[in-house]
Amino acid sequence: MGAQSVEQAAAGPVEAPVEALVEARNLRKSYGALEAVRGIDVTVRRGEAFGFLGPNGAGKSSTMRMIAAVSPASGGSLRVLGMDPGAEGPAIRSRLGVCPQDNTLDSELTVRENLLVYGRFFGLSRAEVARRADELLRFVQLTDKAGSRVDDLSGGLKRRLTVARSLINNPELLILDEPTTGLDPQARHLLWDRLFRLKQQGTTLLLTTHYMDEAEQLCDRLVIIDEGVIVAEGSPAQLIRDHSSREVCELRFGVDDHAGVAARLHHLGERVEVLPDRVLVYAEDGEAVAAAVHEMGLSARSTLVRRSTLEDVFLRLTGRSLAD
Amino acid sequence: MTADRVNDLIAPGAARVVPQPLGRFAARHLVDRNYRVYRRDWLLFITGFLEPLLYLLSIGIGIEQLVGDFTLPNGSRVSYTEFVAPAMLAASAMNGSLFDATFGVFFKLKYEKVYDAVLATPLRPVDVAVGELVWSLVRGALYAGAFVVVMAVLGLTSSGWTVLAPVAAVVIGYAFAGAGMALTTWMRTWQDFDFITLAVLPMFLFSATFFPLDRYPDGVQWLVQLTPLYHGVVLCRGLTTGAVGVEMLIAVAYLLVMGTVGLLVASRRIGALLLR
Ligand SMILES: Nc1ncnc2c1ncn2[C@@H]1O[C@H](COP(=O)(O)OP(=O)(O)O)[C@@H](O)[C@H]1O
Ligand SMILES: [Mg+2]
Repeated sequence: MGAQSVEQAAAGPVEAPVEALVEARNLRKSYGALEAVRGIDVTVRRGEAFGFLGPNGAGKSSTMRMIAAVSPASGGSLRVLGMDPGAEGPAIRSRLGVCPQDNTLDSELTVRENLLVYGRFFGLSRAEVARRADELLRFVQLTDKAGSRVDDLSGGLKRRLTVARSLINNPELLILDEPTTGLDPQARHLLWDRLFRLKQQGTTLLLTTHYMDEAEQLCDRLVIIDEGVIVAEGSPAQLIRDHSSREVCELRFGVDDHAGVAARLHHLGERVEVLPDRVLVYAEDGEAVAAAVHEMGLSARSTLVRRSTLEDVFLRLTGRSLAD
Repeated sequence: MTADRVNDLIAPGAARVVPQPLGRFAARHLVDRNYRVYRRDWLLFITGFLEPLLYLLSIGIGIEQLVGDFTLPNGSRVSYTEFVAPAMLAASAMNGSLFDATFGVFFKLKYEKVYDAVLATPLRPVDVAVGELVWSLVRGALYAGAFVVVMAVLGLTSSGWTVLAPVAAVVIGYAFAGAGMALTTWMRTWQDFDFITLAVLPMFLFSATFFPLDRYPDGVQWLVQLTPLYHGVVLCRGLTTGAVGVEMLIAVAYLLVMGTVGLLVASRRIGALLLR
């Protein structure tokens, strides 16, 4: 069925395909004197899963809101689905699905009613909206909560309902602002699984996150954003290849003076980073670093060799950790 | 079907069920949303109807005996209850629409963030404002209709114009809902609503509601005539007593302008607050 619908997509007599669903050039957003987004260039293509990875306050939500045509840009140019959000907001919004950072579910309505009412805002008929609501409740596994009050749902269930709601209008582009922030691991994995299925089915995803594992799992391509500026762009693997070594040796010493120890390790790898509680040595072969440290007579309290992640890329590019 | 597949819902670009253009009546879907919430809250429904009725009964049973009859400007004599009942109709139209447009809208705007979700759909701020306004008018029309029927049953109406009284109540509702919604967009906390109460209570007591305009001191009469509720009372009283006159046209114009200005300001402000 998945393959079939892709074939239909290829053969179907649809409107001229817009290959770039989002095109931002030198896009800016200011709130009074505060510049939240300071000139970013982004192109999101149809069918891909595109991510914004960055810490809190980086300007992710501000960017998503501009793209979702609910926040006017302060500068630069932005095209969404080939249209100008400033002039054609309703037309753009009718074809987007949006999961805002705070769910904005309607707590005065039941779970199912949230979908019914929201679908009507898109001009769907009652029958159509009822059919989709039931199907989407099954998709996010909330069928048995259909009649529950929204306030009685856990954070994970609310998030799933928000995802279902964002799909009610059959969107061409699904925007997810921090889809799993604040969820427990089980809830996160369930949601990732659902998003992954959407991705498999060809839905274009645009998501923000400050979890590097989320970005690695879900995104075909991503930008790393910090303080309103894009500092790197590429696929997760490409970014890691370009900006970090293959492996990392994490060393914790029993001393307070990690910087002092680190100074003696520089020759062991391509790069050494000092964090408050540990030293990171970046090298092609992490085990070799660990062995060399041992030979130097430095006794690390703990040693961990792992592959480089996007977290390391972020640390490299900004000098800070994502979690800050 | 399995839970995992939503292909027919989210096919990439193909065979999509394109949502219908919403057109000019998009606001009705917000009315529908409010109705869903409201129909569960029947207690609130009853209170909206009960309030003016209780006023009416207390006046009819108690005060009428003390006050006696009234002579209207057109020379006809009415009982005190007949005099006050249309004013209660006007006042309850004011209260009901203010309740929806102030507390109701504030709650959804600042606490529940209902409109943040609504504005992520094709609906625009003006649709939100119109939707809320229409909703409060629908509710107000129901109450007004029921109240006028009660008036007729109790023999408190003396004119065929009475059939228009519910319409007058809707016009009053329009004025106060529009203005109330506009003011609400500037409210920061629930305490700020005390200002509205502060304006409404004296208006309720002194808009020629309980005694005619000519009983007010000369210097105060013009002030009374400036208040919107005064015009609402003029309208309702003219219709139920049959003492119709040009001043009623002025009243209608006053109330329509007030509501429209409020509506325009409210939709601009809702946009400015939420689409930042
Ligand atoms: N509505 C707003 N008014 C004023 N400042 C805002 C508003 N929204 C965001 N900001 C500020 O803009 C910056 C970027 O915020 P945001 O886009 O939410 O970042 P992120 O989503 O990456 O955490 C922050 O400093 C935030 O405080
Ligand atoms: Mg954010």
